[in-house]
Amino acid sequence: MPHRLNKGGRLIDRSKPVSFDFNGKKLTGYQGDTLASALLANDKPLMGRSFKYHRPRGVVASGFEEPNALMTTGSGNRAEPNQRATAVELFDGLTAKSQNHWPSLEHDVGAINAAIASVAPVFSAGFYYKTFLFPRVAWKHLYEPVIRKSAGLGPAPKDGDPDTYEHFHAHTDILIVGGGQAGLVAAREAAQAGANVILVEQTAQLGGRLLAETDVRINGLSGAEWAAEQIAALETLDNVTILTRTQASGLYDHGYAMLYERLGDHVSNPKGPRHRLWKLRCKRIVICAGAVERPLAFANNDVPGVMLAGAVRDYIALWGVAPGREIVVFANNDDAYRTAIAAFEVGLKVPAIVDPRTAPSGDLPDRARALGIPIMAGSVITKTKGGKAVDGAIIGKVTPAGRIGGATETIKCDCIAMSGGWSPIVHLYSHCGGKLNWDEDAAMFRPAPDRGAPIGADGKINTVCAGASNGAMGVSEGLADAIEVARYAAMEVGMIVDDLPAVDVDEPGQGALQPLWFAPSQGKYAHGTKHFLDYQNDVTAADVELAAREGYESVEHAKRYTTLGMATDQGKLSNINGLAILADALNAPIPKVGTTTFRPPYTPISIGSIVGRDVGDLFKPVRKTPMHDWSDKNGADWEPVGDWRRPYTYIEGGETRHDSVMRQVRNIRESVGFIDASTLGKIVVKGPDAGAFLDMLYTNMMSSLKPGKCRYGLMCTENGFLFDDGVVVRTGDDEYLCHTTSGGADRVHAWMEEWLQTEWWDMKVYVANVTEQWAQVAVAGPKSREVLQALTDDDISADALPFMSYVETTMAGVPARLYRISFSGELAYEVAVPAHHGQHLWDAIHAGVKGAGGCVYGTEALHIMRAEKGFIMIGDETDGTVTPQDLNLGWAVSKKKEDFIGKRAQQRSFLAGSGRKQLVGLATEDPKKVLPDGAHAVEDVNAAHMRTIGHVTSTYWSPTIERSIAMALVEDGLSRDGEVLSFPLEGGEVVKAKIVDPVFFDKEGARNV
Amino acid sequence: MSDPVSALNGAVFEGPLVSIKARGAIGMVTIRGDFSSATFAAAIEKTCGGPIPGQRKFEGSLGWMSPDELLWTGAYADAPGVVASLSEDLADEHHLAVNVSDARAVFRLTGQGARELIAKGAPVDMSPAAFASGDLRRSHIGQVAAAFWMDDEEGLTLVCFRSFAGYMFDWLSASAKDGATPGLY
Repeated sequence: MPHRLNKGGRLIDRSKPVSFDFNGKKLTGYQGDTLASALLANDKPLMGRSFKYHRPRGVVASGFEEPNALMTTGSGNRAEPNQRATAVELFDGLTAKSQNHWPSLEHDVGAINAAIASVAPVFSAGFYYKTFLFPRVAWKHLYEPVIRKSAGLGPAPKDGDPDTYEHFHAHTDILIVGGGQAGLVAAREAAQAGANVILVEQTAQLGGRLLAETDVRINGLSGAEWAAEQIAALETLDNVTILTRTQASGLYDHGYAMLYERLGDHVSNPKGPRHRLWKLRCKRIVICAGAVERPLAFANNDVPGVMLAGAVRDYIALWGVAPGREIVVFANNDDAYRTAIAAFEVGLKVPAIVDPRTAPSGDLPDRARALGIPIMAGSVITKTKGGKAVDGAIIGKVTPAGRIGGATETIKCDCIAMSGGWSPIVHLYSHCGGKLNWDEDAAMFRPAPDRGAPIGADGKINTVCAGASNGAMGVSEGLADAIEVARYAAMEVGMIVDDLPAVDVDEPGQGALQPLWFAPSQGKYAHGTKHFLDYQNDVTAADVELAAREGYESVEHAKRYTTLGMATDQGKLSNINGLAILADALNAPIPKVGTTTFRPPYTPISIGSIVGRDVGDLFKPVRKTPMHDWSDKNGADWEPVGDWRRPYTYIEGGETRHDSVMRQVRNIRESVGFIDASTLGKIVVKGPDAGAFLDMLYTNMMSSLKPGKCRYGLMCTENGFLFDDGVVVRTGDDEYLCHTTSGGADRVHAWMEEWLQTEWWDMKVYVANVTEQWAQVAVAGPKSREVLQALTDDDISADALPFMSYVETTMAGVPARLYRISFSGELAYEVAVPAHHGQHLWDAIHAGVKGAGGCVYGTEALHIMRAEKGFIMIGDETDGTVTPQDLNLGWAVSKKKEDFIGKRAQQRSFLAGSGRKQLVGLATEDPKKVLPDGAHAVEDVNAAHMRTIGHVTSTYWSPTIERSIAMALVEDGLSRDGEVLSFPLEGGEVVKAKIVDPVFFDKEGARNV
Repeated sequence: MSDPVSALNGAVFEGPLVSIKARGAIGMVTIRGDFSSATFAAAIEKTCGGPIPGQRKFEGSLGWMSPDELLWTGAYADAPGVVASLSEDLADEHHLAVNVSDARAVFRLTGQGARELIAKGAPVDMSPAAFASGDLRRSHIGQVAAAFWMDDEEGLTLVCFRSFAGYMFDWLSASAKDGATPGLY
């Protein structure tokens, strides 16, 4: 490991070597390394190719903000693209591949884009939009295939994810986001006051920057020692939960936080769920997310080896890795001098600190000078030298006009540590509506609650930033801010806060930074075409300037036009620099240009964590009747009906699906059949006003129904359209049982409750959905009575139980409800028993039906039999735009009732006038020809543009009358009896069918006696 | 009469921290009425052996399901009697009492992981401070509606529609299987 330092590395355990695989090569790191630190240690600074230009790229940052070092980790079904090497913890057996290159990372064909781009900017700002415009044909045949081949980050796995994921709901008084100095002290303050606290930290360790900075003393301890003391104290408190490897990925309204916990990403053989998504409801949220360092925009600032200054000292202090042996620091602020000092102290060369400020002074510059590190004041790096790695920096003096003046100097180096200052991490604050303000002096956006703050259910501000994410930079200021915010939050959740001793901080003072949004350069580099702002989307300063020149003045437009900040890192590093350059190009102050909106998640989270348990068998619940398992074992061919599965048919022996359905229909019409009808919705409606209520709900009269009798009813929406139907049974003086369609039970029940709760709250009616209380079996066919009579001692003869009546009886020894209703035109019954006895009843009926030479049947036979009788099906003949009158069901729409839901709508001219599609029967001229479902009837089949006048809603081969039958909705169909319609099909075929009565079989109703 | 057969017929899953038992046939009656009516309260007290429970509470044999809805639970065979008794006592009072014993699947969840198992599916504060013995919620588990109440310190009872019994059992088992527990409670 050529770049591993001999000493240091707070997070690594040198006694525990870890082997991993990078692009097929076996490499070694230490326990505690990230993939990025291990690759740097192994002298692998080249970690990927950029998205658009395929430029060589190395790691820039040390944390979750990393834009460049994107890897595909894992393999096979566990391969996961776009993982930031800086956030991937090393473990034995980790495999990682760099992305976006072909044929190899070192030699990449796509880089030719970059070569072309330097001549003609084919991928410049707005490239995609411009290409879309002209010529269109070129997009499809030329640009898109080329772009598709060369672009794209890591490939997604092809098969299912073998890991499991879960959700978890929790509540807390106070959520503290971030386990750095501010988060630790805030957690301690709030917890000591007695509040329940959850502290989340996205990395594996608490402490934040205190772990890396060596020049801070708190209460006489080093930063790391003080952090350890805080952590130990927190761990003793029962009211504190610390979650590491857990990111607050999104904050939403009213204190709802989404936490993304990674449980299995850092070990070789994880057990249990890989990720857990917490849905946390918080009374107060304190965001201690810290700050992110800004890169500087200078020519070729993307060559591997150009890194953030803070990241460089992180690699030295946390992982004992030297990102370079000769490090030039380029910064406009004092903080980055720490990097020069840290590098110098571990024995690395620091040839120069390049600072655009003319007279840097203060604790840190003085310290650097004292160590003998050359400071080149009033200067910038005009260009990085090197291709796949930094091998020098060209440095020039900046004139008062902002140009390069005088001779430039080239300094040899293999790493450039840059810093344009720090930006508070305000993303989460923005997620839930917090507004920002531009702080001119500190050159940063910081939270501005006075301009708009997130509000909780109690109407008070519920989310606050503290420490660096509130713009309180430095340890002393940050801790004081966090303590104040935490105390206030604790008081807000009802705790009494004691005054705790003040924290004593000793840290170097820092002077003002001098904004540097664009480092001037020379020659072809002067225009910013190699000043990269957004590394991930390859957006340069020149692109942003071009967008401004082309009129994209709004930051939201410029963002989309250039794609600045639209990559997977959401522009964490590029955002402010891009805004500043846009502001400069527009000659407007930064706050006038404004910011784009940050949205959850903070960094990409796994799709698996969002899906949770809803995969495989749990993807969608399947509802099962008490007889489901019997059907499954006895040849059921299932179809979904609502959330239920119903047997479409039962297949016997080697017969086809179609043959099985034909067999069942014939068998029932000849003798008897039975079907599981348990899915049918059943709703009890009870109370003194039950009849009046149902009169409002149904189009026909229900209050006139006599106890023990059944009536078919229709329900319409307020707009007059039919939405459900079924048989209503009057089970008592003030009690009804309403049957609904299988898929409609929940909807109808909710519909009833809504009317009772919001409009007719004065009606004395209670409703209860008892669909599942009853197992229901329909028995149909000439022999149905004899089969059922054998199961009961009560008389169920035609006289005792006429059509459309109901009786409570005992069937097969079980209390049962017997309804004489028919959906097939046959003599038919439905028997309901308590669901726990359903299989028992089913077995008894099965034995009787078998003895009578009958069969079990599925929904398709049911549908054919009802179509033979011209009965409609909700969902076939209705589609939400069909009225009862359209279906010739005007007889079921009361003319007497003063009102019912849908009545007024049905009187509107649109519904009452002519020209509506009406239900007709169709007989094809060729009786063997079955029309396809949904086939359109046209006015003139020879017209250039055929006008549709109707469509087929149900169509079957009828085994009963041995010809094709169909129903259709046709314009003014009821007055077109006998007309022949043309149905043009695919391939030029035209089927002719005559409009006939939709009742195809037993028109006189002689069979149901 | 045949023996009642519940949806899962007593299926059991033993996870490392929680045990899930599908209970057999349990008696349940949905009762709706005016809680402020003395007649109603007296009828409840007489038939169900206790007063109307407080909001979101399960007390004795009764669960508070909504401002005008109670759930009686008891022996499967007793449910028709409860309906009959209430119907008689409340003949002159607007009410609803309906046997729903067969419409439900009932689970008993016990063990250290029971609270967190529920919290994986329901947006309910399951901390001991917020959800103690006798507390009840109507909510959902995963994608389906569910009601649950804390019977005692050992565990809780969970109820869902009968047709979702298989989904519920599979969901609970899958979520309890890993031995992964957030460890919050």
